[in-house]
Amino acid sequence: MLEIDAPRIANKRQAGHFVIVKIGKEGERIPLTISTANAEKGTISIVIQIVGVTSHKVASLEPGDELTDVVGPLGHATHIEKVGTVLCAGGGVGIAPLLPIAEAMKKAGNKVITVLAARSKELIILEEQMRGFSDSLLITTDDGSYGKKGLVTEGMEEIINREKVHQAIVIGPAIMMKYASLLTKKYNIPTVASLNTIMVDGTGMCGACRVSVDGKTKFVCVDGPEFNAHEVDFDELLMRLGAYSEYEKTNYELYLKSLKQ
Amino acid sequence: MNDIATHLKNEREQEWRANLRKQISNKERTSKTRVQMPEQKPEIRNQNSLEVNLGLTEGQAISEAQRCIDCPNPTCITGCPVNINIPKFIKKIEGKDFPGAAHVLKETNALPAVCGRVCPQEVQCELNCFYTQKLKKPAVAIGHLERFVADFERNSGSISVPETEKSKEIKVAVIGSGPGGLAAAGDLARFGYAVTVFEALHEIGGVLKYGIPEFRLPNEIVDAEINILKKMGVQFVTNFVVGKTASIDDLKKEGFKAFFVASGAGLPRFMNIPGENFVGVFSSNEYLTRVNLMGASKEGYDTPVLKGKNVAVIGGGNTAMDSVRTAKRLGAERAMIIYRRSIQEMPARIEEIKHAKEEGIEFMNLNNPVEYFADKHGRVNRMRLQKMDLGEPDSSGRRRPVPIEGSEYDVDVDLVVVSVGVSPNPLIPHAVKGLDVTGWGTIKVDPETMQSNISGLFAGGDIVRGGATVILAMGDGRKAAAGIHKYIQEKVNK
Repeated sequence: MLEIDAPRIANKRQAGHFVIVKIGKEGERIPLTISTANAEKGTISIVIQIVGVTSHKVASLEPGDELTDVVGPLGHATHIEKVGTVLCAGGGVGIAPLLPIAEAMKKAGNKVITVLAARSKELIILEEQMRGFSDSLLITTDDGSYGKKGLVTEGMEEIINREKVHQAIVIGPAIMMKYASLLTKKYNIPTVASLNTIMVDGTGMCGACRVSVDGKTKFVCVDGPEFNAHEVDFDELLMRLGAYSEYEKTNYELYLKSLKQ
Repeated sequence: MNDIATHLKNEREQEWRANLRKQISNKERTSKTRVQMPEQKPEIRNQNSLEVNLGLTEGQAISEAQRCIDCPNPTCITGCPVNINIPKFIKKIEGKDFPGAAHVLKETNALPAVCGRVCPQEVQCELNCFYTQKLKKPAVAIGHLERFVADFERNSGSISVPETEKSKEIKVAVIGSGPGGLAAAGDLARFGYAVTVFEALHEIGGVLKYGIPEFRLPNEIVDAEINILKKMGVQFVTNFVVGKTASIDDLKKEGFKAFFVASGAGLPRFMNIPGENFVGVFSSNEYLTRVNLMGASKEGYDTPVLKGKNVAVIGGGNTAMDSVRTAKRLGAERAMIIYRRSIQEMPARIEEIKHAKEEGIEFMNLNNPVEYFADKHGRVNRMRLQKMDLGEPDSSGRRRPVPIEGSEYDVDVDLVVVSVGVSPNPLIPHAVKGLDVTGWGTIKVDPETMQSNISGLFAGGDIVRGGATVILAMGDGRKAAAGIHKYIQEKVNK
């Protein structure tokens, strides 16, 4: 979790917005969804999971260090409306961007039911904060080390069977969103997914983030990041996310080795 | 216009120029052959990212300057979107006053070293040159001379900063730091405004940085020209997306009195054919941005780019040429241009096509992709092409490509770069309520002043034109600067 001094962004951001950050002159640009912001202090906070060189560098920053570049807030804000009961399902670091959405949905007068899911206990984040905006909250872990043992979909289904859900919001790894949206489709629950794709500029110029939604090519950075989950081609999304996976793996290993020297 | 004609005439009659004209007869001048730009050898340059063109020597530049007969009615200027006093700077070269020549360029052009490299002179000043028009001979190499002068000045170590009027302390915002924004910023600074240029990316220069490769326009040359603007007092703010980080209204509250929107081309176009979202299919914007702006091919940079053995670039414009030549330099064994019309109809500059051919690029004209295929990981591995024939001319005057039924065949590819144009950047049109835009999403402006339907909001370059050139954007920037100057004098200063 990082708190970044960015007064203009803190002032403008709404639930659903993201930023692009770059670390070092030679760094790459990566998109990160904003979790919370403090307009008075002029800060935004983001949660980052260490998966490669850039996330490792960002996560290694110490208080007072500078990020070379931060730009935003980008993308469309979440559409917030009073619909009745909203099911918020967050997986892993996807819980971070879900927090401001749950907050806004709650403030709009909705009943908010939350399912937080992760592989194990230590990957469940922001539980207390999420609880603050939720009428009820359920936790599932793959290994059963915390909450209910099982996948996010099992937790969601339990709630759907318990009460009428008017809308679902799912944020997490693409594979989690795929199965979560298959589930809500089965129950005909309108569902929004927030997509985190590969991006370069993040302002609509390069098209690296393109994804098929209802058979049409959309750009996550300017058309999204949120889409009707039932229309997203998650298999294509997963395929495109893997474009550099081998490179990233080797490069990260080399980087870690270089740190040890 | 009469004022300008009289001004040019008076300048032409100055003693130094009259004397130069007398020194060499027109017969002798016109019998000289056009200079050849020295270049890196094709088989060497397609292995490196250094500039292809090496620049003229002093001797070559002076000899070429002598070809210009200093016409009484110089038609070349009419072909220049930024109205450079072409005969004057060329005669300064002939008189060996290179700093003087640079001064002339910088009176109307904020980026001479850029323009000397990337302007399509053959369809602008050089097309209107007396040699082309009347003598039917190769034009005076105006572009090469412009580059020579700008490079000479930069390398001399004493680069001059254009004079600016006393500060009016009136804030003007320029949105986008590409060629249009930079040209406007230069003129506005000259008029004495406090100019701030807002750039969405982390680097200043827009397409000059992310789009045009180093082998055609080195980034350090762009930076040198940007530094001059900084010395003129222009402020640059990076990582700032107007319409997102702050709205136009926010900036008005912060004291900005006028705005020039030069946010450029945005969304890359695709062909909407099956398989276009497979891994390894890029837009030219993404491919070039990764390599040029993000340093993907350089040691120590974190951004990756997929490499290909068999690379197909779809399109026939300058961006397609830049992409295919980049792919060759990154190690492609086979780098192909796939274009649906014949080579005559290609919009790329003749020089770029020639350079690409010399470097071993394959031109597969009258071919159009209809589908891409991929391996089990989703990486593109094959494309299906359809052969084309040329039919009747279409609205652009070029012969329309017509598909030949049943002519489909497959070609192995592991990287595809789609370079079939861009749509205007949607951020500003979306963010400004009531702004008049065309069906294409471009901003509508008065062609004289470049002002939109919103008072004080001006626009130019690709956000107005949809997709044009560096120099046309710069021309728009200059016009808009004049429009803003007039607007502020009439509306704000009343």
